[in-house]
Amino acid sequence: MTKIKDFIGRYQLSHLLILAALLLVVMPLAMDIFRLNLVGKYLTYAFVALGLVLCWGYGGILSLGQGVFFGLGGYCMAMFLKLEASSPEHTAIQSTPGIPDFMDWNQLTALPWFWEPFHSFGFTLLAVVIVPALFAFIIGVAMFKRRVSGVYFAIITQAIAAILTILIIGQQGYTGGVNGITDLRTLHGWDIRTDSAKYILYFINAFLLIGCLFAARYIIKSKLGRLLVAMREREDRVRFSGYDVSSFKIFIYCIAAVFSAIGGAMFTLQVGFMSPSFVGIVPSIEMVIFCAVGGRLSILGAVYGTLLVNWAKTSFSESFPELWLFAMGALFIGVVMAFPNGLAGLYQSYVEPRLQRFKKTAEPLAPESETEVLTPEEIKPKQHAKDTESAAGEYSHAGN
Amino acid sequence: MHSKSQPFSGTRRRRFLQNLLAVPAAIMLANASLTAHADSANTTGLAVTDKTVTVGILHSVTGTMAISETGSVQAEKLAIEQINAMGGVLGRKIEYIQEDGASDWPTFAEKSKKLLIKDKTAAVFGCWTSASRKAVLPIFEQYNGMLYYPTFYEGLEQSPNVIYTGQEATQQILAGIDWVVKEKGAKSFFLLGSDYIWPRTSNKIARKHIEKLGLKVSGEEYYPLGHTQFNSVINKIKLKKPDVIFASVVGGSNVAFYKQLKAAGIDMTKEKPLVLTISVTEDEILGIGGENIEGAYASMKYFQSLTNDNNKNFVKAFKERWGKDIVIGDVTQAAYLGPWLWKAAVEKAGSFDIDKVRAASPGIELKTAPEGYVRVHENHHLWSKTRIGNAQADGQYKIVYETKDLIEPDPFPAGYK
Repeated sequence: MTKIKDFIGRYQLSHLLILAALLLVVMPLAMDIFRLNLVGKYLTYAFVALGLVLCWGYGGILSLGQGVFFGLGGYCMAMFLKLEASSPEHTAIQSTPGIPDFMDWNQLTALPWFWEPFHSFGFTLLAVVIVPALFAFIIGVAMFKRRVSGVYFAIITQAIAAILTILIIGQQGYTGGVNGITDLRTLHGWDIRTDSAKYILYFINAFLLIGCLFAARYIIKSKLGRLLVAMREREDRVRFSGYDVSSFKIFIYCIAAVFSAIGGAMFTLQVGFMSPSFVGIVPSIEMVIFCAVGGRLSILGAVYGTLLVNWAKTSFSESFPELWLFAMGALFIGVVMAFPNGLAGLYQSYVEPRLQRFKKTAEPLAPESETEVLTPEEIKPKQHAKDTESAAGEYSHAGN
Repeated sequence: MHSKSQPFSGTRRRRFLQNLLAVPAAIMLANASLTAHADSANTTGLAVTDKTVTVGILHSVTGTMAISETGSVQAEKLAIEQINAMGGVLGRKIEYIQEDGASDWPTFAEKSKKLLIKDKTAAVFGCWTSASRKAVLPIFEQYNGMLYYPTFYEGLEQSPNVIYTGQEATQQILAGIDWVVKEKGAKSFFLLGSDYIWPRTSNKIARKHIEKLGLKVSGEEYYPLGHTQFNSVINKIKLKKPDVIFASVVGGSNVAFYKQLKAAGIDMTKEKPLVLTISVTEDEILGIGGENIEGAYASMKYFQSLTNDNNKNFVKAFKERWGKDIVIGDVTQAAYLGPWLWKAAVEKAGSFDIDKVRAASPGIELKTAPEGYVRVHENHHLWSKTRIGNAQADGQYKIVYETKDLIEPDPFPAGYK
């Protein structure tokens, strides 16, 4: 019970509820469906930013290739939807009816084997989660077991993003190439392009995001979260304390991948197509920027940061179609120069103290800060030694 | 969950979640009734007032495609200004809302949605790459918009919501190949392109036609977009000695390709092999440099050097508006046709209503087109002539051939029907 109390402390719950109310009530009421659909699209990026808060902010693993997982999740969903949109009746004009149009343009005459299972929705949902997790696991094992970290890891993830983009573009008969997989229509006969479908998808998306926020909070508050911070600050000390550092890193990297993939799948559903332009280096770095603007130690900041940057992007580009990129650049430089801890840092240093002064009489206990940063000193080694077996056993092979 | 003293114990939490779920449903109902009411106010549902009509311009003015698409934006703005100077369309001045696709296909999709749903534009002039068109196509079909698409493209498409003002692949390719075979006695071809749908489809059509003529394709190669190392394929070309290099390399790769071709000692003015391109307009030559491509041939429907009166006026007006050093390529001219074709269709229909404009579009002709005379086909493509130009050191093409008749657009060539 104390665990639950800790994990949904009343104070953090209020922040989360404010966000939930904003996403579920205020935005849908204040916006028409076009703007709401845009917000839904932005929120899919928030999944990636959230994953980055965990693996970069807490774990200290900077991945510049999260677009890979966003893309994998999105492509899995797109493959299912494309197969449904390519029924023989819809594609009667092709030389081989019943296969996706881009395959026909590329002179394929049969559906490739790896497309076959995507006829099943159940398999697709599993694939959305498992394919990226597996891919992240393989990368993680290959990198972290060899103690590749820091800048080298970041560069390798960038290379992976570049490789996957080239692969997708090069194999256009199988993947749709530069165009991506477009013209997705229905999900089990349910037209995903209608306004009502967009509302429903928006709410599914928002609920999933809030679910992921809870999961992320749980991880941060658990022993794993403390270990991650310890690893970020002094990796060798954690290793010498008997923990298998690489397994923790692999785990958190996989979690970040799964979050990104869920975002990707929801993106495909809401926007109606998937293209390699989400897989490459540029979008991956952009997602790191969302996370940085929000504050890389704040899971709620990740959501607000993503919303802010994308809202700025859309409104700048609508008002100044030829100058907006400069405005975006100025925004990023401004954020990094003026408040390196992002929106969350801004909130902590300016808004929170005032709120607390205001609430002091009502709440005698100082509430825990939203973006608590633990130093290794705060983790009492004694207490840990006792729990090593259980904690390590839960997330990894037992400590060596 | 064995403690009932928690603020969020089982039943309360469940009830809370149920309430949470009820909110979206209520909001959906509220919004649905609101929008239904707003829509019934305007008969066409479009941004048309007694004095103005609003259209959209959707191109990349930032990112890698900006260099190509800027010309289209300028041409469309020029056409709109000229139409307004003549009194507008159905007595209304055209106002435009410009959006930036940022060379990014999802952004194109987002902006096209905005232009159709929020701005309710009566027509949109825009897109350049096939990928951007494919990204916006479902949106135009869903919200019943009208897109005027200016680029020469691969065909295999015919949407009720798009008017294709550039050439589809067969119009551009067949005449070009026929010409090199007849005039230059070409027997063998090497097909080379960037790796995406347009070059692949173009080369497929080219290969079919070449083989039908009983001639030989000695090689077919593709390189990723943005590729800059063509030395290995140039060596291959030197070994195979084709009569014609049929090139559909696009964008920045062109600069590397033609420079390396020249550096490898292939003098294009000697025409051994002869270079026939379907992707290098005057705009691209600006980047490549006229001296690097001198002697190559291009097969397209428009060159800036056309000498008819329409074109003289167009080039003069364009330079007055956008600067005297500017060059005008095939796509720029096709983009210029968009607003004029739309105006003609609206006037024929007597309405801005999309369905009426669509019904009126086939058969619309434009005698004032810079390229001469064009007519809209039933299949929403244009009847047009194809010309062969010979690249000059000054960056212009000298026109050496022009088809006698207008070529019928055939977006689904045999094998696809």
